[in-house]
Amino acid sequence: MRDAFGQPQTAILFGGTSEIGLAIVDRLAAARLRHVVLVGRNPSALEDAASALRARSVTATVVLADAADAASATDAVDQAFGALGAPCDLVIMAVGLLGDQAADDDSPERTATMFVVNTAWPAAVLAGCRAALVAQGTGQILVLSSVAALRTRRANYTYGAGKQGLDGFTLGLAESVRGTGVTVHLIRPGFVTTKMTGHLSPAPFSTTAPAVAEVAVTAVMKGTPVAYAPGILRYVFLGLRHLPSALWRKLPG
Amino acid sequence: MERLTGWGRTMAVQAERATPSTTDELADLLSPTGPGHGVIARGLGRSYGDPAQVAGGTVVDLSAFSAISAVDERTHAITVGAGVSIDTLLHHILPLGYFVPVTPGTRQVTIGGAIAADIHGKNHHVDGSFASHVVSMDLVTPVGVMTVTRDRDPELFWATAGGMGLTGIVTAATITLLPIASTMVSVDTTRHRNLDEVMAAMVDGDHRYRYSVAWVDCMTSGATMGRGVLTRGDHAPADRGRPPTTIPTGASVAVPFNAPPGLLNRLSITAFNEAWFRAAPKERLGGIESISTFFHPLDGVANWNRLYGPRGFVQYQFAVPDAASATVATAIERLAASKVPSFLAVLKRFGAGNRGPLSFPTAGWTLALDLPVGPPALPAVLDDLDDLIAAAGGRIYLAKDARLNPAHLETMYPALAEFRRVADRVDPERRLTSDLDRRLNVRGPRHA
Repeated sequence: MRDAFGQPQTAILFGGTSEIGLAIVDRLAAARLRHVVLVGRNPSALEDAASALRARSVTATVVLADAADAASATDAVDQAFGALGAPCDLVIMAVGLLGDQAADDDSPERTATMFVVNTAWPAAVLAGCRAALVAQGTGQILVLSSVAALRTRRANYTYGAGKQGLDGFTLGLAESVRGTGVTVHLIRPGFVTTKMTGHLSPAPFSTTAPAVAEVAVTAVMKGTPVAYAPGILRYVFLGLRHLPSALWRKLPG
Repeated sequence: MERLTGWGRTMAVQAERATPSTTDELADLLSPTGPGHGVIARGLGRSYGDPAQVAGGTVVDLSAFSAISAVDERTHAITVGAGVSIDTLLHHILPLGYFVPVTPGTRQVTIGGAIAADIHGKNHHVDGSFASHVVSMDLVTPVGVMTVTRDRDPELFWATAGGMGLTGIVTAATITLLPIASTMVSVDTTRHRNLDEVMAAMVDGDHRYRYSVAWVDCMTSGATMGRGVLTRGDHAPADRGRPPTTIPTGASVAVPFNAPPGLLNRLSITAFNEAWFRAAPKERLGGIESISTFFHPLDGVANWNRLYGPRGFVQYQFAVPDAASATVATAIERLAASKVPSFLAVLKRFGAGNRGPLSFPTAGWTLALDLPVGPPALPAVLDDLDDLIAAAGGRIYLAKDARLNPAHLETMYPALAEFRRVADRVDPERRLTSDLDRRLNVRGPRHA
């Protein structure tokens, strides 16, 4: 059970090798985390992450699932909650695929996969988690969206539109669980320098996985519905969303 | 489902509420065909954290178990339903010339809760905790309905005293009352410039009083660190008080809604503590106070917990043996240094503990602090204090806890294994659990 400060003891990380997801788990491990389930696709990378957590006295269980296969969502949820064997305090949704916009542009297959990985699979998993957490009478859901969801742009519109779907779904999910003991927290990071973005040059206000993790953990502890990383992006995007297209397209990053 | 929190208003969860009206209905709730996901008794919700809730499970409301027997004039014993509050009981027994043997700082606790938390009052150094005055209790467990006493299943009796409801559900208890000659209290109040003086005065003179408590200011440092007001007294003799028919009054004011976050901050709390210290007399001997004023000052303000705002607060209460009395000063100093705002702390001496494996009181000192949730440093400051207290042979009070590092539970309660064995004997399928049990793993690994 989470404590009075909102520090969870049990968690499920969907996107079990995500740098931001693991940075969040890392912070929780320094507090009260005792069991985490890592859900992902790459067995050896998941095992490496699990071993690192076990070295810190956290029980870590690996569940294999492929987010490119929307039909696997139900199984992934069942296996993850089953592996925990106790009420789940926190679900972290950190699945995401940035893609390659130039290659995605003209490819129906790649575009479909982008929407399955970034939207359909996470939303399906969250629907399954919703049922499980409401039955528990308690639990928190943390979803990693992106400021790219706020306004799509040439450089990554397929990714941005996918996150837009997940972002909107999450806000509705948050409303749907009011009064059930379950809360939902949405994080919108800016450009994060990780392996997913290593080949790109950082945009303005770029941040790091540990910094996003700090924002995310604070949001969970304080019960913040929507948080930005870094926080200033909340105000930057207030303006950017309404910028004329001619200017928007010329912005760096 | 219903939204539940403890008195600290943290960790809100949803659970079903069952309101059995007979022992049979209650036994059904604990049977294998009863509701799933855990069952725990819930009284008036005055424990601060999560012992009286079970997320996704069922809390049992014993308000139907409300019978109060006549008082046995020879033994002063009375049999009271577990759902009866100390408030209700006092209204019943004060006109008869009796007082409860132990009362906490609020009358809004049930007899069942008083046993489950093995509550203590200002008289612990003389009279011990609530369980010391319990003659017998009727207990419904998953393996059957039983009456337990110190002689009939003493293991279960003592595991239930302070057992946080995890050994069964008490339906009624026979307790021994205290005969009193008046409903007034004769009180000596003294003001002390710092913690050392407060503690010295308590060591020196507490044995002369049935009741003793000190309120300590945790916001001062240096030469006035831990300055405090010590109030000590006893029930006034008949000629000094009004006739024994005065009954405690209810709350005269209420906090009507949740305060905005940050109402209680360093500035407002420092100002309050200053005003409160200056308002106390330097020394006033033989003052006469009502039972409400002396024992239950906070009952004068209904829903005072709302003052702490939407994120709520935690109460940190620990006990340390005399040999580690310096821990009291260290705790206050660390909180002051970390800039965590803390209201008046309550300091008192404990007499010897009882043999309840989870009963909190143990000879020495106990300090209780109310702390608003919010300062980012607070979780780590309290974790560090846990380490210090565990190393000093001390412990945290589970009825107040909402954040203890679970790794310390066994150190703080060395007889935990005995508790677990007894709990598993009367509840082998682990029907009884609470969020506190889940958080601290009170009942232990299943195959222990």
